[in-house]
Amino acid sequence: MPRLHYLKAMNLALRDEMARDPAVFLMGEDINLALTNVATGLLSRFGPDRVVETPLSEQGFTNFATGAALTGRRPVVEYQIPFLLMLVLEQIVNQASRFSLMSGGRFRVPVTYLLPAAGWKPGWGAQHSDQPYPLFVHMGVKAVLPATPTDAYGLLTSAIRDDDPVLVFAPAAAHGVQEDVAFADLVPVPLGVGRVHRAGDDVTVVAVGHLVHDALAVAEDLADEVSVEVFDPRTLHPFDWPGLAASVERTGRLVVLDDSNRACGMAAEIVATAAEEMRLVAPPRRITRPDGAVLGGVPALDLAMQPNREQLAAAIRRVMK
Amino acid sequence: MEGNPTEDGHAQLYRTIRLIRRFEEHAIDLVRSGDIPGIHPCIGQEAAAAGVCAALRKDDVVLSNHRGHGHLLAKGCDPGRLMAELLGRVTGIGRGGGGSLHPADLDSGVYGATATVGHGAAIATGVGWALAKEGGDRVAVAFFGDGAVNQGALLESFNLASLWRVPVVLVCENNLYATTLAAGEGNAGSVIGRAEGFGIPASTVDGQDPVLVREAARQAVHRARTGGGPSVLELLTYRYEGHHTFELKTRLRYRDKAEVERWRERDPLRIQGERVRAEDRELIDAEVEATLEEAVRSALDSPAPDPTDPLRYLYADGLRTRGGVSYA
Ligand SMILES: Cc1ncc(C[n+]2csc(CCOP(=O)(O)OP(=O)(O)O)c2C)c(N)n1
Repeated sequence: MPRLHYLKAMNLALRDEMARDPAVFLMGEDINLALTNVATGLLSRFGPDRVVETPLSEQGFTNFATGAALTGRRPVVEYQIPFLLMLVLEQIVNQASRFSLMSGGRFRVPVTYLLPAAGWKPGWGAQHSDQPYPLFVHMGVKAVLPATPTDAYGLLTSAIRDDDPVLVFAPAAAHGVQEDVAFADLVPVPLGVGRVHRAGDDVTVVAVGHLVHDALAVAEDLADEVSVEVFDPRTLHPFDWPGLAASVERTGRLVVLDDSNRACGMAAEIVATAAEEMRLVAPPRRITRPDGAVLGGVPALDLAMQPNREQLAAAIRRVMK
Repeated sequence: MEGNPTEDGHAQLYRTIRLIRRFEEHAIDLVRSGDIPGIHPCIGQEAAAAGVCAALRKDDVVLSNHRGHGHLLAKGCDPGRLMAELLGRVTGIGRGGGGSLHPADLDSGVYGATATVGHGAAIATGVGWALAKEGGDRVAVAFFGDGAVNQGALLESFNLASLWRVPVVLVCENNLYATTLAAGEGNAGSVIGRAEGFGIPASTVDGQDPVLVREAARQAVHRARTGGGPSVLELLTYRYEGHHTFELKTRLRYRDKAEVERWRERDPLRIQGERVRAEDRELIDAEVEATLEEAVRSALDSPAPDPTDPLRYLYADGLRTRGGVSYA
C-alpha cells in the first residue's frame, strides 16, 4: 500500500478538486515554485489562470478572493505563515464571512484559507509560530485542523466544497506524519464531525491537530493504568459537541490538549462547555501554551512552552484521582 | 460604448438623480421617526452614482460602500425592497441582514457594500478578474471616498488590478471630507497621482455634472471591456447632509455654511433638471413621488425578521450556532 505523506495529501486534495471543478483555483505567494510543497505540479497541470502567483499583498488578495468567490469561483488562498492571518483577520472575519448574512443568504463566499505551515517550527522566531485558530473560532469562521494525511485530504476537500469561508490549519508538526493508504480510498471528511482515534472507558482526551499523536502515545504508555479515549474534533468550528458529549458521557472525565494559548483558547471553550453541559465526575483539565505565549528563536525555550506528553500524563492521573 | 444611442438620456439621468434624492429624503424622515437606525446620506452626490451607472450594463457588477443607496438605485435596485432593507424587513434585498450600511442586491448586480473603508475596491478587483476569466466583457466597479485612498488594501488592489489588467473601474467620490477630516488634511499627494503610481490611467472629473461623469465612465468602462485594464476616476463632489444622520443630533462643525451654500449652487438635481423640458420634469417628479410613496408604504407594511433566529443566514449551509445563553 502506498505511503501517504501529510503534505502530499493536501497536494492531492487540491489536484483532485481543481480537476473536478473548474471554479477552484489556488492563489498565494511563491506557489509557482511550490515553496510549501502543497502546490507541487499544479502549475504545469492547470496553468497560470488556476495557479495564481500573487505579490506580497495579503489584504488585497484576501479581499480579491472574496470578490472572485462572490462571482462563483472557489478560491483557495495559501498563506505562507500563520501570522499573516493577523493581517487579514479583517478581510476574513469582517468581509468574507459576513456576506451571506448581509445579503440574507443570497451571496456565498466559498473561499478556503490554507495554512500549510501552521504552528510551531523550532527556532522560527517570535512572529512565525502562532496558532491563531481560536481567534477565528471566536468570530464564528469555520476552521479545521487535520492531524493525519487522510484527514488532511478529506478536510481540505470538504473545505473547498463548502459554500462558506473555511480555514484549514495544517500544523507544521504534523507534516512528517505518514499513513499507508490506497489513494483511491481517499474521501472527503465532513466538517463538524470528530474522530475517536482510540476508544477508552476512563477519561476522554481531546487532542487538537498534531497533538493527537502525542495523546495516542501517552494513552498507549498508560494503558496498564487507565483506559484513555482519544477524541480528535478535527473541525474546531463547527465543533462536534454531540460527539464529545457521547464520549464524556461514558468516561465522565476530560482532559484537553491544545496548542493554542490558554486564555480564551480552544481548550477553554471545550472545558467550559463540558462543565456546563456534560456529566463530569471530576473537574476537567487543560494543557495549553501559556497566556501570551511567544515562541522565540531558541528551540529549547520554545519547547518549554509547548504542551507535552509529561503534562498530559500528569493531567490524566490527576483527573483519575 | 454604452447607453441608448437614440437619445441623449438626459431625462433618464434626471430621473435617477431625482429618485436618489427623494429616496434619501424619505429615508431621513424615517430616521427622524425612529424607524430606521441611521443612514449615511449621499444627497448632493447623486450625479456620481447616476453618471457611472448609466455607463454600465445590468450584468456589470458594482461594489458599494457605506454611502451606497445612490449606487444601488442607479444600478436598478427596486426602491421598495431597498427601503425595506433600510427598515430591516424580510422583504428587503438582504432580508434585513444588510440594512442601510451593507445593502447587497443580486438582481441589480450590486454585490455588496463593505464598511471597511476602501476594501470594496479590492473585492471589486477580484470580481472583475473572475468576470474576465469567464470570457465575457463584463466589468466591475468600486465606489469609495477620498478617505479610502489611504487604505493599504485599496492601494494593494490598485497594484493587483494594474498588474493583471483587471476590467475594473475604481471610482473615488471625492466629497472633500472623510467624516470630519478635510481631504487636504488627510491625503498627501493626489488621488490620481496614486493611480498613476501603479500605471493606471486616471482622471479628475466634475462630479456634479452627471453628463460629464457618464462620459468619463463610458471611456473607463470601454477600456475595461476591451481588455485595456483598470481606470481610476476621481469625481469632485459634495455631500449636503452630514456624514451620517447622527449629525442631526451632534451638529458637528467642520465646514462652514458658505461652503455648503457654494456647493448647493452646483446641485446635480438642478444642473440635470435644466436639461429636461419642464413638462417632462413634472411627469418624472410625479412618477418618482408615486414610486417612493408606494416604496415606503410597502416597506413599512412588511414583516420584520424573526428575532429568535438572528443568525439564520450567517452560513450558506444553514448551520445554526450555539446560543449565547446556556441552561442547566
Ligand atoms: C478602514 C476604516 N476606517 C475608519 C472607518 C470609520 N469611517 C466610516 S466612514 C468614514 C469616512 C470615510 O470617508 P470617505 O472614504 O471620504 O467616504 P465618505 O464618507 O466621504 O463618503 C470613516 C472614517 C471605517 N469604516 N473603515
